[in-house]
Amino acid sequence: MSYFSILLGIILVNNYVLAQFLGICPFLGVSKKLDSAVGMGVAVIFVMVLATAVTWPIQQLLNRFEIGYLQTIVFILVIAALVQFVEMALKKFIPSLHKALGVYLPLITTNCAVLGVCISNIDDGYTYLQSLVNSLGAGIGFLLAMVIFSGMRRKIEDNTDVPRAFQGVPITMTAAALLSLAFMGFGGLV
Amino acid sequence: MMDIITPVILVAAMGFVFAVILTIASKIFYVPVDETVVNLRAELPGANCGACGFAGCDDYAGALAADPSIGTAKCPVGGADCAAKLAAILGVEAGTAEPQVAVVMCNGNAEAAKTLMEYQGLSTCAAAKQLFGGLSACRYGCMGLGDCAAACPYGAIQVCNGVAVVNRELCVGCGICANQCPNHVIRIAPAKNKVVVQCNSKDKGAVTRKNCANGCIGCKKCEKSCKFEAIHVEDNLAMIDPEKCKNCGLCAKECPTGAILNMRAKRKPTASAASAASKAPAPAAEAPKAEASAAEAETPKEE
Repeated sequence: MSYFSILLGIILVNNYVLAQFLGICPFLGVSKKLDSAVGMGVAVIFVMVLATAVTWPIQQLLNRFEIGYLQTIVFILVIAALVQFVEMALKKFIPSLHKALGVYLPLITTNCAVLGVCISNIDDGYTYLQSLVNSLGAGIGFLLAMVIFSGMRRKIEDNTDVPRAFQGVPITMTAAALLSLAFMGFGGLV
Repeated sequence: MMDIITPVILVAAMGFVFAVILTIASKIFYVPVDETVVNLRAELPGANCGACGFAGCDDYAGALAADPSIGTAKCPVGGADCAAKLAAILGVEAGTAEPQVAVVMCNGNAEAAKTLMEYQGLSTCAAAKQLFGGLSACRYGCMGLGDCAAACPYGAIQVCNGVAVVNRELCVGCGICANQCPNHVIRIAPAKNKVVVQCNSKDKGAVTRKNCANGCIGCKKCEKSCKFEAIHVEDNLAMIDPEKCKNCGLCAKECPTGAILNMRAKRKPTASAASAASKAPAPAAEAPKAEASAAEAETPKEE
């Protein structure tokens, strides 16, 4: 499978948020403002690629000792430690990036989309390089969904015609569902 | 037996390795945190409104610790108390933070100002501004769609009768509304100034009069009446110098269109705006600007 089709497939067809329903919490929680949505999206791309870079070799280690079933717990441990490490390193060496990512970096320690991409890379039998491309695409897809949805939310909040029963969370969920449906149109592209 | 022991040892080893790495990393990557910054930050209100000119309270505290000469009085939310506490931490003299408030320089309410169109689009000023420069005939005035009200973190600004009105009790003068307004109708001015020109129109007098009954027509009557040379007409618009103004209200009395509001004077609903401004110079309670402008709108203006 070519790297391009992996990238296209994970961004549009199997978008993590809109088609696989992973990482819904930050998708709904941080998409109120465009700049925070972008911050979160960039942080997710960053962590996803790094996490894959670390967890893929560790899976090989687990396979060697024939304890692949410990995948979930080990991956969570690895990702949490990694994010902590990265945060400290960024604070020391690139304070400006640390400031830009801000609170979102520790927040995504427990983001299920990060764990999800690590596990699905293994399940799909990708090579190391394919896994990295897949993670990059998953992050970009997350960023795309966040940016589109923050734009939609802004329009919804500006609109005063929303019926009272639909104001707040219900209309947000409905909008998310419609956006997800729209992305279903990409089905069969890859 | 080995089936259990291997995974346990492996996971424990992994956890140990990570713990060691993180501990070492926390020593290597240790960034010294200035205690002064933490103390300063604790005294700041934490509203992160950016009125001080920095990105937020944290940013201001950091900048202040690095260079106390930028002044401790930049926070309008905390006011003089806050400035004194900050100065005590830094060991410098406190400047005085003069309280500031937002002033809406428009009184073109629904009755006074003519509209260009029936607008049914997105109800934000920014969207309306894109259509022929706004929905009111006066392209300088308040469109009354409330971008400022939506932006205000303190709930201090509201749209009443088609024009934005500031509650001076709640306003801290952070200037967020002023930045939001596409017509730049809102200005940040010292709170001590109680006499304000409620117009932003730089059109010629005849055009202003055509567009809005409450606008400044640049007749210069106020300029002549002022004993302190505090008010001047520039670009067909009266401007009050906040430094020189003594809040006497003479200009408000003279103004033929009622474009100048004297907040110290109570307005009688029946009298014309010109004479009502100074008849009752009792201190007005809580600046009933909304009522005043509504009342003023009902009075016919023929001067």
